[in-house]
Amino acid sequence: MIQSVSTNRRYIIIAIFLSVGIIYLARFFYIQVIDDSYIKSAQHNFLRPVTQFPSRGLVYDRKGKLLVYNEPVYDLMVTPKLIKGMDTAEFCALIGIAREEFDKKLRLAKKYSRDLPSPFEKQLSKETYGTLMEKLDDFPGFFVQPRTLRRYNDRTAAHLLGDIGEVDSATVKDSKYYRDGDYIGKSGIELTYEPELRGKRGSKLMMVDVHGRLMGSFENGKYDTLAEGGENLTTSIDAGLQSYGEELMQNKIGGIVAIEPSTGEILAMVSSPSYDPNLLVGRLRAQNYGKLLTTDNNPLYNRALLSSYPPGSTFKIIMSLVAQQEGVLFPETRYPCAMGYPPGGGKPACEAHPSPCDLAMAITYSCNSYFCYVFKSVLDKKGFNSFEESFTSWRKHILSFGLGRKLGVDLPTELGIGVPTIEHYDKVFGEGHWKSSTILSLAIGQGEMGVSPLKMANVMATVANRGYYYIPHVVKAIGDKQFQFEKYTTKNYTDVESKYFDIVIVGMEDVVQSGTAAASKVSGIDICGKTGTAQNPSGKSHSVFVGFAPKDNPKIAIAVVVEHAGWGAEWAAPIASLMIEKYLTGTITRPEIEKRIKNGVILPVPKVAVNNER
Amino acid sequence: MRDNKGILQNIDWITTSLYFLLITMGWICIYAADYNEEHSKVFDFTQNHGKQLMWIGGSLIIALIFLILDGKFYSAFAYIVYGITIVLLIAVLLVGRKVKGSVSWFEIGSFKLQPAEFAKFATTLVLAKYLSNMNIKLNDTKTKLVVFTILFVPIILIILQNATGSALVYLSFVFVLYREGLSGNYLLLGFIAIVIFILALLVDKLTLIIIFASIIFIVFLLARKNKRNILSLLGIFAICSGMVLSVDYVFNHVLHEYQRGRINVLLGKEQNIKGSGWNVHQSMIAIGDGGFFGKGFLKGSQTTFDFVPKQSTDFIFCTVGEEFGFVGVFVVISLFLFLLVRIIQLAERQRSSFSRIYGYGVASILFFHVMINIGMTIGLAPVIGIPLPFFTYGGSSLLAFTMMLFVFIRLDAHRLQILG
Ligand SMILES: [Zn+2]
Repeated sequence: MIQSVSTNRRYIIIAIFLSVGIIYLARFFYIQVIDDSYIKSAQHNFLRPVTQFPSRGLVYDRKGKLLVYNEPVYDLMVTPKLIKGMDTAEFCALIGIAREEFDKKLRLAKKYSRDLPSPFEKQLSKETYGTLMEKLDDFPGFFVQPRTLRRYNDRTAAHLLGDIGEVDSATVKDSKYYRDGDYIGKSGIELTYEPELRGKRGSKLMMVDVHGRLMGSFENGKYDTLAEGGENLTTSIDAGLQSYGEELMQNKIGGIVAIEPSTGEILAMVSSPSYDPNLLVGRLRAQNYGKLLTTDNNPLYNRALLSSYPPGSTFKIIMSLVAQQEGVLFPETRYPCAMGYPPGGGKPACEAHPSPCDLAMAITYSCNSYFCYVFKSVLDKKGFNSFEESFTSWRKHILSFGLGRKLGVDLPTELGIGVPTIEHYDKVFGEGHWKSSTILSLAIGQGEMGVSPLKMANVMATVANRGYYYIPHVVKAIGDKQFQFEKYTTKNYTDVESKYFDIVIVGMEDVVQSGTAAASKVSGIDICGKTGTAQNPSGKSHSVFVGFAPKDNPKIAIAVVVEHAGWGAEWAAPIASLMIEKYLTGTITRPEIEKRIKNGVILPVPKVAVNNER
Repeated sequence: MRDNKGILQNIDWITTSLYFLLITMGWICIYAADYNEEHSKVFDFTQNHGKQLMWIGGSLIIALIFLILDGKFYSAFAYIVYGITIVLLIAVLLVGRKVKGSVSWFEIGSFKLQPAEFAKFATTLVLAKYLSNMNIKLNDTKTKLVVFTILFVPIILIILQNATGSALVYLSFVFVLYREGLSGNYLLLGFIAIVIFILALLVDKLTLIIIFASIIFIVFLLARKNKRNILSLLGIFAICSGMVLSVDYVFNHVLHEYQRGRINVLLGKEQNIKGSGWNVHQSMIAIGDGGFFGKGFLKGSQTTFDFVPKQSTDFIFCTVGEEFGFVGVFVVISLFLFLLVRIIQLAERQRSSFSRIYGYGVASILFFHVMINIGMTIGLAPVIGIPLPFFTYGGSSLLAFTMMLFVFIRLDAHRLQILG
């Protein structure tokens, strides 16, 4: 009896198990095979991840003027699987593309994914956006995603601000953050401050109906993350001064760098020719980039940072300082000049001027002969075991002024060479076959010597500070925080003691008061400077001027190079004096000089640059 | 050691093969569910499918150990295992980690362990041990009380962990008790209770009570000769009416908001496809999308695009439905049914009642998990978040089910050494 009961129960339990299984299978059969409403739902059932693009940080000048901002644009997106029954001809007409292009774009989108949205047409124009939005319902599968574009207010400082572009696939591969289609800084501070400016992307999981319309966040935004906007940057640039410098440099090739000596902040950085930064934005970026690459005189090249110019006579400043530090030159040291360097048979040559000179006079008259004597006295100084040793010591002093190496500016690239090495001369002349007289042209900043306008300006900041500099930089503040990087707030001392600077500065003051740059004197401003006429193998000399002002408590240090413009006094010095005057007083008292400079055209191929026009 | 030698000949290869088939299919589904092209390598241990592979390896080792251990071990240590489990269940309440609202995980390094999964195994052992005592009669009140205690200690502790789903699994022991002589009325009563609960939520209460009254009255007219029946009929009527009236209270005050939502969705009272119903709705769409033959391995747009939430865990069966279609569903459900029937067959051939009761326990728990988990993907069971044995991603569940099954296989292999 008991046995049969339990036997029955066994079968009852098995029956329950099996009947649940059979009920379930029937239900599955109904859902999967008989009722097709679920398949239909599946086709229309989409959650769409909608990327929330962070707003990129804005960029201001040192006075709070907005330089770079974001402008909203709209990308037309497509989800290939959702397209159906659309009037392709009308659609093509609406967004202004040919049928073949439509097919091509759709093929691309399908290749990416049939189920996920991808960009179909980027950056719709305002008109297209307007008309399209009215009819978007007729085109299931298409939707519009807002995004922002970079805009540059004054079309100024293109090299310094840089640009952004779509991230390349190598970066996407190596990075945890970037995805295809993201934008990333490509040059200038857009590149160096990419992490700060970028912000953080967010994402919304949106529910989408049959027509591809967004029906709100999935599960009340449980899966959504907000985008975090990037930090705003306050640059050290004075936008007014920057534009003024660009204006002065129009139709000329070269660069200007102005630095505030007391902070190392770069006030202006002009590279000419320049271009409108708005050209390198959005859908026309690649096209315009190509154009700029082939434009005369390479406007994309940042001469202020990268060009290697012979410093010419401006190098005499450094020579004066180094020789004093080495104890072989004193303010009253006098050397003769006979329209040139006597031991060299009058070479290098010199202008007519009172002779012999003491140190200050030699600077004022830019006496080549004098500095050849000085150069020799440094390199042939007693006490070194070998010439190599004295050369190495000399070279080290020069490098302490920031020449021949990278300074560490907060921009992507800069010149890192420019002071020749022993190895270099050994290669050229053979080991032991060269001495100070062999390389005498270094004395006057010619030969293998090369500096960028940034380095020259930094040397001037160093002289203005009587012996130290802060690494030049272009960003003052990130977000609300004052810029606190130790790198940019540390004094970098040269090898030359402070006391040796005064006599050099006296000479520089006289350069502008009564010397080679007397024509660029500004009444009421005590400018100290030095002209240079940098000989170069490719043509007429470069016109160079370096200086700072005022003499006491200097506010601006500057370097100007105008390529193939001849005398430093003719172009570079007046440009520098106008920049200094503009920065210190805000007005220009010498309109005739300003006019001459602005109208001056010094181009290898006389031709009005087109790249400043939209 | 004599029986160890013959162990491989004695184990039931049908059950073992079914086990291997199911874990293989389960792993394939996890691979498909979490598939992304960047991590398509089988041995990518940063991915669920890679980790599951390690768990499978671990489970096989455990299975082997359990096969080697002496068959008498399990009955001898039943109480100790149960005791340890209870201690762990209490400990997890104190030091456990909160995951999605339930405090049921131990975290050891990067691994998480859920003692509730092992508690089922321990409870089955101890129930088998207790009921296999010679002098036990299930219809004694004392026996009922002891059984009740054995079951409810873990149930209460698991409810305290806020893992109600895992606690409900213990209801499946009603099959074991029924097999061992518990009155069939309990099974019936449970069934009626569910029906009443559902009706009470769907139909107006007064109408329902009037319907009950009419039924009782008709039965009374048919059976009025027997006076004792009148009393019991009145009792049944009172209980039913009481239940109807208390359903609202239980529903609104005992259940959580999300549980109410799930029940409402299940009953079709709420078409809330954004809230509670979302999972089920998405799951049914994914399954429906599979059609008869399925969309093919890794081709399911609904599951591979993460439409179905929790798809490598609670809703793993959607992947079967979408990618392998009705054919796949049929195969998997059939394999599970085959396994259940096989276990019952084996249980019935045991000479020791311990082994038999244990076998029924394994079958009942597996059945409950399969029924609820698959049922919730097609809207036939409430979403209470319990794993599908051998399929759902997660080490605790896989280890626990493996242990449970292989202890039974071991007991079965051992049966010849037991003198009936
Ligand atoms: Zn001279």
